[in-house]
Amino acid sequence: MDWVFNNDMPIYTQLVDKIKLSIVSGQLPPGEKLSTVRDLAAEAKVNPNTMQRAFQELERAGLVFSQRSSGRFVTEDVEVIMEAKKAMARQYVESFMKSMEQLGYAEEEILHLLEEGKKEEKQ
Amino acid sequence: MTATFECRGLSKHFGATQALDGVNISIAPGRVVGLLGPNGSGKTTLIKLANGLLSPSEGEILICGSRPGPETKAVVSYLPDKTCMPQWMNAQQLMDFFQDFYGDFDRQRAEEMLGRLGLDQKQKLSQMSKGTKEKVQLIMVMSRKAKLYLLDEPIGGVDPATRDYILDTIIRNYDPEAVVIISTHLISDVEKVLDEVLFINQGKVTLQASVDDIRQQYGMSVDEYFREVFKC
Repeated sequence: MDWVFNNDMPIYTQLVDKIKLSIVSGQLPPGEKLSTVRDLAAEAKVNPNTMQRAFQELERAGLVFSQRSSGRFVTEDVEVIMEAKKAMARQYVESFMKSMEQLGYAEEEILHLLEEGKKEEKQ
Repeated sequence: MTATFECRGLSKHFGATQALDGVNISIAPGRVVGLLGPNGSGKTTLIKLANGLLSPSEGEILICGSRPGPETKAVVSYLPDKTCMPQWMNAQQLMDFFQDFYGDFDRQRAEEMLGRLGLDQKQKLSQMSKGTKEKVQLIMVMSRKAKLYLLDEPIGGVDPATRDYILDTIIRNYDPEAVVIISTHLISDVEKVLDEVLFINQGKVTLQASVDDIRQQYGMSVDEYFREVFKC
């Protein structure tokens, strides 16, 4: 995982987003055992309490669960993962639309630009 | 729960100079705290008071409920801002030295960390580069199983890779029962490692807040917020 952080947001929410992305993209597959808080904190160079808080958030969202003696795992509930994926996609679309509107584009023009962009990508 | 580190109405003056002025702080176990302030704000004075190297003019300072003395020194591990360890010693001798002085020194932990550093164990401190010396001293200090670690400018004057090593060592030795206080003005380097920060200015603590609360509330990093608060 790449552990680069923005300045304008809390660190734990950025940790939540990064781990979430790994889960919904399948990089961390359902049922996968996660590294310990301590190891992940060291890897991301963050405070272990901050990493702990991120995991609590992910547990609340149902994306990970902990088993008392054996550690933490990615949920096996694929539906929950797909739901999170959709929510993230909606967020991306929303922020994209907002930026485009700021540039002064109307919805139709945006769709047109997307089509164009797709064609260019194929070439 | 007793706070690991507590100041109540703590003041210190040197003649007419007020170094600390009515400081109130309380830090619970398990926290990594940044003591942040411009040069001459009172950071080192506060740390020296916690070590019993200075005594308060007014108010009190408590470590795990006790005033600084032999029993608090047994649980406080201190890295001064200036080199303090005997320069003629090599790593082996330093470990013997720490083992003799501190009952909580974990030699195995120190040896492991020194091993990872790939250090020539016979090299004297005086022959080491500044960065290596800082690393070795930090290893000694972090190898004690203390209740309070006081690190005065641990990353000042070393290169970015050495800074990373030092911060990594602090994270890897994290102990939920202990408090780590790091004094520095290199905020952007340390802020990810901290739970909370204390802003200190002209002898007064002007803010005690969590890093993520500051980021949430102001939409900027602690480093940026610090620059705004202490704009010259």
